Amino acid sequence: MTSDNFVTIDGRQIPIEGEPNLLEVCRKANIDIPTFCYHSDLSVYGACRLCIVDIEGRGIVTSCSTAPEPGMVLRTNTEEIREMRKIAVELLLANHDQSCPTCARSSTCKLQGLARRLGIQEVRFKRTAKEAPIDRSSPSLVRDPNKCVLCGDCVRMCSEIQGIGAIDFANRGSQVTVGPAFGKELSGVECVYCGQCAAVCPTGAITPKSDVDDVWKVLEDPTKIVVAQIAPAVRVALGECFGLDPGVVTIGQIVAGLRAMGFDRVYDTCFAADLTVIEEGTEFLKRFVRGERMPQFTSCCPGWVKFAEQYCPDMLPNLSSCRSPQQMFGSLAKDVLPAEFGCEAKDLVVVSIMPCTAKKFEATRPEFERDSVRDVDFVLTTQELAQMIEGAGLQFGKLQPESLDLPMGFKTGAGVIFGNSGGVSEAVLRYAAEQVSGVKIEAPNFEMVRGTDGVREATINIAGHELRLAIVHGLGNARKLVERIRSGECDYHLVEVMACPGGCIGGAGQPIATDADVKARRTEGLYMADKMLQLHKSQENPYVAKAYETTLGEVGGEKAHSLLHTHYHSRKRIADEDIPFVTGEDLPKVRVRVCVGTSCFVRGSQELLKRLIGYIEENGLTDRVDVGATFCLERCNRGPSVAIGEEVFERCSFEQARDALAAQLGVVEVG
Amino acid sequence: MTPPVTTLEQTAAAYKQASEKAARRVVICGGTGCIANGALNVFEAFVEQVATAGLEAAVVLNEHTDHGSVLISMSGCQGFCQMGPLVTVEPDGILYTRVRPEDVAEIVEATLVRGEVVDRLLYVDPVEHTHCRGTAEIPFYQRQTRTVLAGCGVMDPEDIREYIANDGYVAARRAFTELKPETICEEITLSGIRGRGGGGFPTGRKWELTRIQPEGKKYVICNGDEGDPGAFMDRSVMEGAPHRVIEGMMIAARAIGADEGYIYVRAEYPLAVARMKKAVADAQAMGILGDDVFGTGLKLDLHVMEGAGAFVCGEETALIASIEGHRGMPSPKPPFPAQSGLWGKPTVINNVETLATIPLILNMGAAEFRRRGTEKSPGTKTFALTGHVANTGLIEVPFGTTLREIIFDIGGGITRKDGSIDPDGFKAVQIGGPSGGCLTEEHLDLPLDFDSLRGVGAMVGSGGLVAMNRNTCMVAMARFFMQFTQNESCGKCVLCREGTKQMLALLDDIVEGRADQGTLDILEKLAVAVQKGSLCGLGKTAPNPVLSTLRHFRAEYEAHVFQKRCPAGKCKALLTPEICAELCKGCGLCLRTCPVGAISGERKQPHVIDAAKCIKCGACVAACKFNAISGATS
Repeated sequence: MTSDNFVTIDGRQIPIEGEPNLLEVCRKANIDIPTFCYHSDLSVYGACRLCIVDIEGRGIVTSCSTAPEPGMVLRTNTEEIREMRKIAVELLLANHDQSCPTCARSSTCKLQGLARRLGIQEVRFKRTAKEAPIDRSSPSLVRDPNKCVLCGDCVRMCSEIQGIGAIDFANRGSQVTVGPAFGKELSGVECVYCGQCAAVCPTGAITPKSDVDDVWKVLEDPTKIVVAQIAPAVRVALGECFGLDPGVVTIGQIVAGLRAMGFDRVYDTCFAADLTVIEEGTEFLKRFVRGERMPQFTSCCPGWVKFAEQYCPDMLPNLSSCRSPQQMFGSLAKDVLPAEFGCEAKDLVVVSIMPCTAKKFEATRPEFERDSVRDVDFVLTTQELAQMIEGAGLQFGKLQPESLDLPMGFKTGAGVIFGNSGGVSEAVLRYAAEQVSGVKIEAPNFEMVRGTDGVREATINIAGHELRLAIVHGLGNARKLVERIRSGECDYHLVEVMACPGGCIGGAGQPIATDADVKARRTEGLYMADKMLQLHKSQENPYVAKAYETTLGEVGGEKAHSLLHTHYHSRKRIADEDIPFVTGEDLPKVRVRVCVGTSCFVRGSQELLKRLIGYIEENGLTDRVDVGATFCLERCNRGPSVAIGEEVFERCSFEQARDALAAQLGVVEVG
Repeated sequence: MTPPVTTLEQTAAAYKQASEKAARRVVICGGTGCIANGALNVFEAFVEQVATAGLEAAVVLNEHTDHGSVLISMSGCQGFCQMGPLVTVEPDGILYTRVRPEDVAEIVEATLVRGEVVDRLLYVDPVEHTHCRGTAEIPFYQRQTRTVLAGCGVMDPEDIREYIANDGYVAARRAFTELKPETICEEITLSGIRGRGGGGFPTGRKWELTRIQPEGKKYVICNGDEGDPGAFMDRSVMEGAPHRVIEGMMIAARAIGADEGYIYVRAEYPLAVARMKKAVADAQAMGILGDDVFGTGLKLDLHVMEGAGAFVCGEETALIASIEGHRGMPSPKPPFPAQSGLWGKPTVINNVETLATIPLILNMGAAEFRRRGTEKSPGTKTFALTGHVANTGLIEVPFGTTLREIIFDIGGGITRKDGSIDPDGFKAVQIGGPSGGCLTEEHLDLPLDFDSLRGVGAMVGSGGLVAMNRNTCMVAMARFFMQFTQNESCGKCVLCREGTKQMLALLDDIVEGRADQGTLDILEKLAVAVQKGSLCGLGKTAPNPVLSTLRHFRAEYEAHVFQKRCPAGKCKALLTPEICAELCKGCGLCLRTCPVGAISGERKQPHVIDAAKCIKCGACVAACKFNAISGATS
């Protein structure tokens, strides 16, 4: 490196050390350049125009899209720059729903923060905002277009990191909006509810859906017994809402706070995570020995599970049948606790405290309900818990730590590290290694699965068996990995998938991260918590062992299966909508549906549909037949698929469809 | 792909031989303007009438063409759109204007049979009142230098053989078979040609930047997404000389090492799309494009792609996104397309006119090319001349021509509402469309080029020239263009999306009488911020109409703001119509037109307007045949 490899920022010489753009160099110089649309993990977008700097000889440029060059002289805070930033923020405010005090992001809104930083005391422009409807259709997220600043962070997060693209821009000019295709609701598209869009949203345009009011209601209801379970990642992040550093473990204060608010028992999801390790590890070893359905994918992450159901239905048999720790806890609690409290199952309320928005969706899945009683009744995010603590007037910093309730509050370190990407794999390895070798391992060390790369691979030798693992986080990475597995390009035994970057510690229910290193510090916090516990292997959790003895029976046995395992179903067919073409009346009718999904389309279903309609019209059968196009009859590799009445024809030709229809109508085929 | 069966020379010779057999040629202008005025019916009428008159009519030239026959063909835009449909008869050199199908029999009988001229269909000079026999006598053509447009109004754009017979594809062949890529880039750099699409970036440098990128897949793109209101130069070139555009692209492709290209034409130009598609297919069939260009073993495939109907897609990064199937939104530069363009590959993207100029440069040489135009802006430039001028149409002049020459010599002067010439009527010219600025009386003798225009707050832009007479309200004009950019903003960057909307709202306040000093202050501040801070060219230039009118017509803004008066009498909300008793003949037309019954008066007596009832709709002003009703004009 030459000595002149620096830029001069506001009179200070700052070395260039491989930063991709000037904005990063400014940040290194401890200058917080304002921006809405720059995120180091996402592509450079250059839309908010706030990160402008003045380069000598070049004038005003956006620092996010300008590479540093040796000798550049720039200023970041001139009269002109301040005025332009003010104008930009005022323009946004003029088009913004300014009901700030009642906004979920009231104290964490970047727009609000910038207006304050720039000293904006009035908006010189006319209010142009028009009220748009709020989308509350999703169980996890609320989308309020009136608060959107169109920075596109959510759009890029969803498509670039999560590989989904459930939302995108529509319309042009001042009519631009961000939303699902065709103006649909979030629940009507392929959103997996991971909430990463909300995590990067600078304002309150996409926020986790709050269940706080409902929880207060049950807490005050004397007929209800309310128990809480706390996910691993919550304990290293909640403190951030109360001025503590990321990674500081505050489980004791959380327990104290929950009790103070009226929770009858406070348990730990890490206990259920230990249970997951036993069940999932046993399932894995069984399949590994038989070479069955390899690789086994983890199933703890509800965002990933929904993603797999939508995009990888062929891989569903490979997903572990284990429920997630949240749901294992829920079904077990609903099974044993009513007897303990002497109440009916319907009066026992399970509240989960999760770092995750998809967990809200998971809790509503029909699989997780018995006799109309939900296994998990309410899911609160870390953010919501912080708000409840504040709302109850509890001074978090002054709460005296208390201990979790037994037995389901007892965990090993293996259950704690579930919150980190790689944690599930490491925990399973600690179990599997002993099971395979039959030898007790005093200090298990599988740290090779740790790390921050989006896709990590590890090969581990246990008692002569070679175990190949892959750990991915971010669903875009998962999609690529699945494609490589399908093509035979790679071959693993166990694949851990977490939807959120960094794993659960980076979940969308966590406090809004302000610094780039927040995730790393939370991750470190969980590994520290593991270190400080006496036990590190799930199989050593005595209360888990006891649960098998008293309630669950044999590991992987019948009772365990009914309480701790589940099944998945393909969601290729996202919306149950047909597009009507011919609508018959009066006489008994036959319903015809031609699949025009991608696979069937390329196999000529469109042409088939056209000819079929032609046939119906030519033969005067329009009163007898309802013909519709439909998206996906889920027989994609055997298309074109046509449903005639109740019967589905695969690899259907026009002649076949025509004859089947004629037969069902009882008309004599003439042509 | 089969190798070319004939050389360019063989094709040219065969075509010339056939064309010599034709005694006369009737060329009907097939530009969009003339077609809209019925040129296709005129064409049909000629085919029919020539046969009726007992002459041999030929529509396609080939070895079967009879000696002494009349060749009837269509051409691209001949430029004089105001006077269309245009019909040229060669070799007589006669130009008939405003020809209707019912005139055709007379033309055939008089000109084709007897060799006489039909005087009534000739262009009449509005000043000298003389009948002009052909283009050589018409001032509109006399003052132009038609090089890029040279073949446009003569050749049949759908016949590749005619293009070849006129030295077509010779430059491309030279580029592929004789010249090295670096030599081509050098020649283009030497010529000094600058991008005709608006920015004026040196084309040679753009090519060289792309050429020196590591070898591999590269693309050449022709930007035919001409979206400025009032501009139709690129459309005319694509419609009239599609092969010249292709030839330019071939030379560009050879210079940078591209083997694939896209011609991005806006979907609103169906004729240009059809002709470009046919031209590409014809060139492929002749082995000029394809897997073995001119037998060199080099490959070049061109695709014609229709735009999605967004103005912003004329911006190169947005255009590239659109080809890739993404939403047409610009992205920050760098990286420039030369480094990372279409699908991340080095890409040269040039405007239609630029590419159509390239073969000329190779044919005549850089030095000869530089003889036209100015030092920093060599060559000629086409403009679409519209607005309040006598002769609207497509023109081509060397850079350095003054506005006065364009408006008064070529355009024939400024017209009034009724079309008559008003010698003192000139008020301003909006140049460069919604991204440009306006020029005034003081700029009439400014030699136009890229730099002189930028110096006075305007730009060449794509070349739209809208002349405005003294009855034009400059605030309303700025508002019109702001409405356009506001609608066409892609909505990506804050300053453009929200800024154009707010500027429009502020201009609305001004033309509707709600403005004060604060309105003017914030309008100006906002305009500067949008200009300096927007992401792409559309946003950066969107405030130009506002800023240049504020600069040159501030008094007019102030009249609106402080006196609530529109000096041009155009802003309806500020209009208080008054009937001039001296001019009023008492015809009663205004009385009958007024939708709210605000006008009263006896027949043949001066009428009056009841200001309390008047809704300022302006219907009476428009209706009055005696110009007796005025707004608050001077």
